[in-house]
Amino acid sequence: MTTSSYPSKLLESAVNEFAKLPGIGKKTALRLVLHLLRQEKEMAFKFADTIHHMRQEIMYCKSCHNISDSETCHICADANRDNTLICVVESIRDVMAIESTQQFTGIYHVLGGVISPMDGIGPDDLTIGPLLEKIKSGDVKEVIFALSTTMEGDTTNFYLYKKFEKYNVATTTIARGVSIGDELEYTDEVTLGRSLINRLPFEKTL
Amino acid sequence: MHIRHLNLINFKNIQQAEIDFSPGINCLVGENGAGKTNVLDALYYLSFCKSYFNSIDSQNITHEQEFFVVQGQYERQDEDEHIYCGLKKSQKKHFKRNKKEYSKLANHIGLLPLVMISPADEQLINEGSEQRRKYIDGVISQYDKPFLDDLMRYNRSLMQRNATLKQLKESGARDYSMLDLWDEQLEQLANRIYNKRIDFIKELVPVFQKYYAYISDGKEEIALNYKSHLHEGDLKRQLLEVRSKDTILGYTTRGVHKDDLELLLGGYSIKKIASQGQKKTFLIALKLAQYEFIQKHNGIKPILLLDDIFDKLDDARSNRLLQLVSEDVFNQIFITDTNKAYLVDIVKRTGKDYKVFDVAGGQVLIEGEEE
Repeated sequence: MTTSSYPSKLLESAVNEFAKLPGIGKKTALRLVLHLLRQEKEMAFKFADTIHHMRQEIMYCKSCHNISDSETCHICADANRDNTLICVVESIRDVMAIESTQQFTGIYHVLGGVISPMDGIGPDDLTIGPLLEKIKSGDVKEVIFALSTTMEGDTTNFYLYKKFEKYNVATTTIARGVSIGDELEYTDEVTLGRSLINRLPFEKTL
Repeated sequence: MHIRHLNLINFKNIQQAEIDFSPGINCLVGENGAGKTNVLDALYYLSFCKSYFNSIDSQNITHEQEFFVVQGQYERQDEDEHIYCGLKKSQKKHFKRNKKEYSKLANHIGLLPLVMISPADEQLINEGSEQRRKYIDGVISQYDKPFLDDLMRYNRSLMQRNATLKQLKESGARDYSMLDLWDEQLEQLANRIYNKRIDFIKELVPVFQKYYAYISDGKEEIALNYKSHLHEGDLKRQLLEVRSKDTILGYTTRGVHKDDLELLLGGYSIKKIASQGQKKTFLIALKLAQYEFIQKHNGIKPILLLDDIFDKLDDARSNRLLQLVSEDVFNQIFITDTNKAYLVDIVKRTGKDYKVFDVAGGQVLIEGEEE
């Protein structure tokens, strides 16, 4: 489909905007735009308003850098949560994943990525400074690293570990091993090998 | 382990073929371009999920056809294994074991071990060190999966370090804390890779020398010499020493990615002084050593493919080679050659079970069989 084949410039620019979204091509974009056209006007306006509002008013928690509706997110503001225990994650999606386990009672710190010179991301592009401030204040007892198990994730762990070493804070990392419910023979050798090296006293698994 | 039956559709120049193999020696004879090597490549596909010669899958489909199918029936540790590989143009490759599709092709590799000796191996001698590292790493990763993981992580860290170097160069900054970080990662991984390569070569050399001595009748002195920056100690220290140089160049000049395997004949580089036949003997010995290695670590005798093996070898060496591979160390063998009378003559003398196939114009027929 060539760009000139659109019967309307307005239609074309709407399609182009949609096509900028990840995973959306020109054809899908056209389908979405035509769908919006078929709806009641109010619905389309509401859609546009919601996006406008979201972009305009959303905030990042000043403490953990999670996405939030207020200056401090509901997790950081929750008095029942243990703010001496900080879980370091890459993005909001990881916060959501860990929250849904309902196993974590501490607070988070969203880094905004991992160190990757190839993608032009250095430590200064991440929220490491504020995290370091929190640790310096002495209120933090333990930092849990929960980054991806990629080379970049591991390197970021190591970088943070070096930074925090001299302060009185425990650093831990989430365990890596065999998934619950997995059959051993189908586990890949690397994971299985690691699980053996980092095996646990059985009492701890009870 | 051996393959009993192979079924090919539209694979390279073979439009259709159904072949029952001997568990002993299988001879594929025919003229140049007949399709002998393509049969071997089909067997390679079933073991490694890819071609030995052409890494672009779709180019292995017969011209003007839409798909290819390679199917093999194997007997492995007294169990039947049915392996299916199918590719349709511009679609994902399908790879199934006993009708069950693999989620990851990597899981298949190693199930049906196989060693191919082909004229294309010459690049191991004639080309750069990358080929020789590939050989070493290829053999080690067949029995050591964590090694492959370390290798991939090392390469990733290397790319990240090089990106850091380029940024330092462009910005002219003097902050080397990021380099420290990658140096640290590289060193850990490099040490593990280095130690495994050393262990491998230590174990490989005597086996290799044994085979070379056998084929050449013990007349020549050969050696493999593992070269690595890590012989000089601590990689982190070395990276620190070359830091300013690396920053100017924009890439990393020390590390296991520069390792090499020196191939020596009588103390001199084989590339420079060896004859064609000596080079060939060298490569065959290297590959047979690889065979023994895989068998030892895997417990299964791989299938051995000998493509145009007698080319450039004198009669004495050819005879000894065939005598060697017909010993019990080896199991099922495939040999291609253009000279039928010659091949059949020496294969007969091994006393092993054998079959001869005539290959012509993409047709594979058992000897004496009419089209």
